[in-house]
Amino acid sequence: MTPAEIRAAIIEILETIAPDEDLSNLDDAKEFRDQMELDSMDFLDIVMELRKRYRVQVPEEDYANLVSMQSTVSYLEPKMADLPAE
Amino acid sequence: MPRDFLKGVKQKYDVIVIGSGLAGLTSANILGRAGYDVLLLEQHYKLGGMATWFKRPKGHIFDVSLHGFPYGMMKSCRRYWCQEIADRIVPLRGVLFDNPQFTLKTTYDRESFTELLQSKFGVEAATIREFFDTARGMNFYDDQQLTTKELFERFFPGRNDITRLLMEPITYANGSTLEDPAITYGIVFSNFMSKGVYTFQGGTDLMIGLMKDELEKNGVDIRIKSPVDKISTENGRVKSVHVGDREIECRSVVSNANLLTTIFKMVGEEQFDKDFVEDAKAVRVNNSSTQVYMALGPDDHLDRDTGDLLFTSTAENFETDLLLSRDVTSRTFSVYYPDTRPHDKRQRHLIVSSTNARWEDWADLDDEAYEASKQDLIETTIDALDKYVPNARERVIFSEAATPRTFYHYTRHHHGASFGTKFEGLPVSQALPTQISGLFHAGSVGIIMSGWLGAINYGVIVSNEVDQLLMK
Repeated sequence: MTPAEIRAAIIEILETIAPDEDLSNLDDAKEFRDQMELDSMDFLDIVMELRKRYRVQVPEEDYANLVSMQSTVSYLEPKMADLPAE
Repeated sequence: MPRDFLKGVKQKYDVIVIGSGLAGLTSANILGRAGYDVLLLEQHYKLGGMATWFKRPKGHIFDVSLHGFPYGMMKSCRRYWCQEIADRIVPLRGVLFDNPQFTLKTTYDRESFTELLQSKFGVEAATIREFFDTARGMNFYDDQQLTTKELFERFFPGRNDITRLLMEPITYANGSTLEDPAITYGIVFSNFMSKGVYTFQGGTDLMIGLMKDELEKNGVDIRIKSPVDKISTENGRVKSVHVGDREIECRSVVSNANLLTTIFKMVGEEQFDKDFVEDAKAVRVNNSSTQVYMALGPDDHLDRDTGDLLFTSTAENFETDLLLSRDVTSRTFSVYYPDTRPHDKRQRHLIVSSTNARWEDWADLDDEAYEASKQDLIETTIDALDKYVPNARERVIFSEAATPRTFYHYTRHHHGASFGTKFEGLPVSQALPTQISGLFHAGSVGIIMSGWLGAINYGVIVSNEVDQLLMK
């Protein structure tokens, strides 16, 4: 998957987690928390969805990488590069 | 021949969940839904653990712990259960406080509390805002030295009345006290203050029934009346679970039994590192409770203004010791109106009085003294109810009491604990899989993982770890 495809995959997951949020104006450089209502359970759900959908493991010590879209995509890039696009 | 409750159980499972409290149920559901082979074992004949109810003659159905939980429950039920369960979560708007220091009514959310603290308690708006923001900013990995008492003292020095307003409902919700770490208070209080108190419309029996349907849909094998005697390990890994003379193999175990029961009774301390055993032995279980269940007659009517949750006390001041004392001065009345079970034709009003209690005060009474104490608890509670439900003595047509011994009987929790463990239980619970691979614990620990929402969410957190291990 390319970074753009990874980004699209994250958006898809966020849409299921926060169905009431408008994600079209998401600023990739800014923290998710500053732009939408996400609590620690929501971040855990992102981790669980990544594993379920793409078999990607995000260990607890790496959770800090999921603060913004930009940091999430760069963290996942090496882990998801070999996956085929959907 | 006795009935074989384990009939049809497979030889081997990916996950065996021990105990069907809300944490166990949720773990089983998530892992079953993820495609794992899951067996859920419950020692009692009913699922739900402390999320329970019981029926009595003449159609009374009493809920033990239904009122109430934070709004977050709606999201957790939608995501980890199903929309049908989430849709039945409704607000409780009538929260009442009545004690020698103040009497007031609130919707128990930030807006209402801000207004009250300003108008009734004369606190500056800036102080209130700073207090709420401090509480909301607390994380479980923050400083644990600060106690809740010190937190209150920092913002509202010398104000025992404000302490009471802020603490009483949380003590009811999770058994925590002024001496516990402030973070446990901040996290739970903020959860409630975000949108108030909620309940499940339809009763605990309906909710657990819907959960059971969902578990079966997700392929989870459920067996009741199946107490686990032992968890076997081999080369540092979980191997099997023993129920009577049956041994069932498994790749992982999620124990929703009490943390100490899991470590010392089911596994055995010789299986763990010395340091871990020391830490586990130092874990204090939370207090237990007494409850009095009271039913009004079928034709009786109670005005909605009576309130849903009544925090009442006759004690002049607010102190932890008074809350636990056998000489009861504080009672929380949960009022269940007919719309608790809208489908039930009998329009019944039920009231459950809850008071935190110590195991030691009830454990060693002989039969006669125990029965007398129970009766005394019932009589004094009906007397206390009279202030809120006039002529209570004539109107209450059925009453019954539960004590720490009752809670022990049904849950097998160490010392009848009704709120899991104190804060130090959380790291011990989380460290379990580092001691024995595949062995997890999910249940009320550390105060913050207690209550319906805390238990469900901890079940989710642990399922994530189980999934991570099994997928390797």
